[in-house]
Amino acid sequence: MTPTRKRRLIAVSLILLAVAVAAALTALALSRNMSYLFSPSEVLAGKAPDGSSFRLGGVVLEHSIQRAPGSLTVDFVVTDRFHDMPVQYTGVLPDLFREGQSIIATGRMQDGHFAAREVLAKHDETYMPKEVADAIRKAEAAKKARASD
Amino acid sequence: MNPLLLWFHKLGSPPYFYRFAGRWLPWLYALALISGCAGFYGALFTAPADYQQGDSFRILYVHVPCAWMSLFAYLFMAANGFVALVWRIKLSETLAMASAPIGAAFTFITLVTGSLWGKPTWGTWWTWDARLTSELVLLFLYFGVIGLYHAIEDRRQAARAAAFLALVGIVNLPIVHYSVIWWNTLHQAQTVSLLGPSKIAPSMLWPLLTLAFATHVYFFASLLARTRVALLELESGKDWVRALLPSPETGHG
Repeated sequence: MTPTRKRRLIAVSLILLAVAVAAALTALALSRNMSYLFSPSEVLAGKAPDGSSFRLGGVVLEHSIQRAPGSLTVDFVVTDRFHDMPVQYTGVLPDLFREGQSIIATGRMQDGHFAAREVLAKHDETYMPKEVADAIRKAEAAKKARASD
Repeated sequence: MNPLLLWFHKLGSPPYFYRFAGRWLPWLYALALISGCAGFYGALFTAPADYQQGDSFRILYVHVPCAWMSLFAYLFMAANGFVALVWRIKLSETLAMASAPIGAAFTFITLVTGSLWGKPTWGTWWTWDARLTSELVLLFLYFGVIGLYHAIEDRRQAARAAAFLALVGIVNLPIVHYSVIWWNTLHQAQTVSLLGPSKIAPSMLWPLLTLAFATHVYFFASLLARTRVALLELESGKDWVRALLPSPETGHG
C-alpha cells in the first residue's frame, strides 16, 4: 500500500470512528430520556409528565371493555399486569384492538383516568395461520387442564 | 498473481466491467423475474391468512424485502464509497453512486407500504416512532447523497464528496436495525432472524425468503445496468467507448 493510500485509509477510518462514537453517545443519551410511552406503573409512580400529553402503553385488560350505547365512547382498562389504568376514548378503534392486545394510547390524565385522543394497536412479531394459532391455544388449554387435575 | 485477485483487478477496469456486466445482465433480470413471480405466487395464493390480521399481513411480502434492501443498498454504497475514498478506484465511485437511487427507491417503497399497513393495523398512517423516524432519515441520507453528487460539476470529485456523506451516514444503519430493541417502539421487533428461530410459520416464510432473494438479484441487475450507462458517460472520450459506437462514416445513426 502506498503512503498516500495509507494516510487516506487512516484519515477515513478515524473520521468513521469519531462519527460512530458521536452517534453512540447521542443514542445513549436519547435512550435515557426519550420515552415513546409510559406504562401504568410508571404513570402511577408519577414519572409521566403532569398535565401534558403523553403516551400510555400496555395490554387491554380482559373483560374491561365497555361501550357506551349510542356513541363511539369506549371505556377500558390498560394494564402492565402490575397496575391498572382506566382509559376513556371516543372514536374509531383499529382492527387489532381487542382484549389482551397491546395498545398505545395518546392523551392526558383527567380526574384519575386517562383521556385518550388516539389509540393505536401494537402488533407483535409473530405470524401464523389461524389453524396453528387455534392448535396452540388448544394445546395450552389441555396443558392447563392437566396441571389443574 | 492469484487468479481470483487478477480477475478482481481486471474487473476494476471500465471496459472489462462494461462487457462483464453486459454478459450477466439478461441472466440476472431473468432470475429476478422468475424468483419474483414464484415469491408473489406464494405470497398471494399459497400462504395462509394470518390469525390476527387476516389478509392485510400480505403487505409484509413487499415491505420486508424492500426494508432489507434499503439497508443492504446503503451498506453496499458506503462500502464502495470507502474504497473510492481510499483507493480512488473509478469503478467503486460509479458503483456507489449507481446504488443510491435504487436504495432510495427501496426505502421509499418501505415507507409507503409500511404506512398502508399501519393505517388498518395500528390505526395511524404515521407516528414518530424510532424505527419509522430512522428509516425516514435513511431516505433523506439517500437524497443527500444523490443531491450532493449532482451539485458538483466534476464527476469524480462529486462522487468522492457524496461517498464521504454516505460513509458518515452509515451510523444510521445500526439505529434502523436495533431501534425496535433499544427503544420501546410501536413497530414490532424483527420476525425473521438469521440466528435462532423465526417467529413466522414456515408456510408463510418461504415466499418472504424467495422475494428477498428476488429483490437482491434485482438490485444487482439494476446496479449493473446503471453502472454501464454511467461508465459510458464518464469515459465518453475514451477509445473503448468510441469503438462501441458506429463510426461516423459507416454508421446509420
